[in-house]
Amino acid sequence: MHELSIAHRVVEIVSEHVRAAGAASAAVVTLRIGALASVHEDSLQFSFDLVREGTPAATARLVIVAIPVRIWCDTCGREVDLPGIQRFACPACGTPSGDIRAGRELDVESIELVDSSAGVSESTP
Amino acid sequence: MIEPRILEVRTKILKKNDELARDMRRRFTEAGVLVVNMVSSPGTGKTTFLRETLARLVARGEPCAAVVGDLETDNDARRLAESGAPVRQIMTHGLCHLEADMVERHLEGWNLSTLHYLFIENVGNLVCPTSWDLGESIRLALLSVTEGEDKPLKYPGLFNTADMAAITKIDLAEVCDFNRTQAMAAIEAVRPGMRVFEVSAKKGIGIDAWLDELAERRGALGYAER
Repeated sequence: MHELSIAHRVVEIVSEHVRAAGAASAAVVTLRIGALASVHEDSLQFSFDLVREGTPAATARLVIVAIPVRIWCDTCGREVDLPGIQRFACPACGTPSGDIRAGRELDVESIELVDSSAGVSESTP
Repeated sequence: MIEPRILEVRTKILKKNDELARDMRRRFTEAGVLVVNMVSSPGTGKTTFLRETLARLVARGEPCAAVVGDLETDNDARRLAESGAPVRQIMTHGLCHLEADMVERHLEGWNLSTLHYLFIENVGNLVCPTSWDLGESIRLALLSVTEGEDKPLKYPGLFNTADMAAITKIDLAEVCDFNRTQAMAAIEAVRPGMRVFEVSAKKGIGIDAWLDELAERRGALGYAER
């Protein structure tokens, strides 16, 4: 359950940014998770729900963008996405490649903020 | 109408670990110590392989040390200390992987510049250690002949981040009906071109080839021998 450690860092990062921006909380947190990051999406969601209580991420929706592995194919002379992570070879021509261009991401991409004033005006009819 | 305010953060989640690991790698390189992070399932034989590695390095007059991660108990550290090399135990108390700051804390008081090799035995786990850089120069993924040839296909994330692989307990290959061709193909599929060592710590098979490779890698650290 290393997802718990990852969720802790995410909540920390979100809290820092919400405070620095002078906002009230986060509404949406978008992550980019590469297929090679060894992160289980459900476990991360579960862990996030556990650790965010009492933080500016307490009511945030977690959006996980899954990034496929992209390799450089020497034969085709271009970058290609892999359908899975069990065969590091070009799906078009079969040339093996260890030159990985994407798929290891473990990033916070963006945070949608809720401003204190926004909360007030939204509750006003 | 209130426009949502979206911050484009683009921050690595493990940034703090990555930065510390980068610092540590610089320190290791400056000290001329080659650092190996060993990762495998529980029961692959990491500790036995490491004990043999340390013992032979000690016999060759190569100063080396190890830190070993475990959920509980310091049994592995005691087993490794039989090699004659200094060993420290990192007890993670349930955490399934080592992080850079845990390793750094356990190096305190050791003069790195007197060492040639430092081994980090990770917690037995083929998933969780994947994304934590420990400042190592070499990540070694281990697989034993008793585990099944397709293990690299089941844990491609970890095998793909490895620099080298070792197949352990090779002396049991025949008894276990181990299919070497299949295992090699599985490793090659998830990490094309990776160097694979076939070893048995118990019978002393393949250890010298492994140590020679380490010596070569250490020479390539860009460090002038004192």
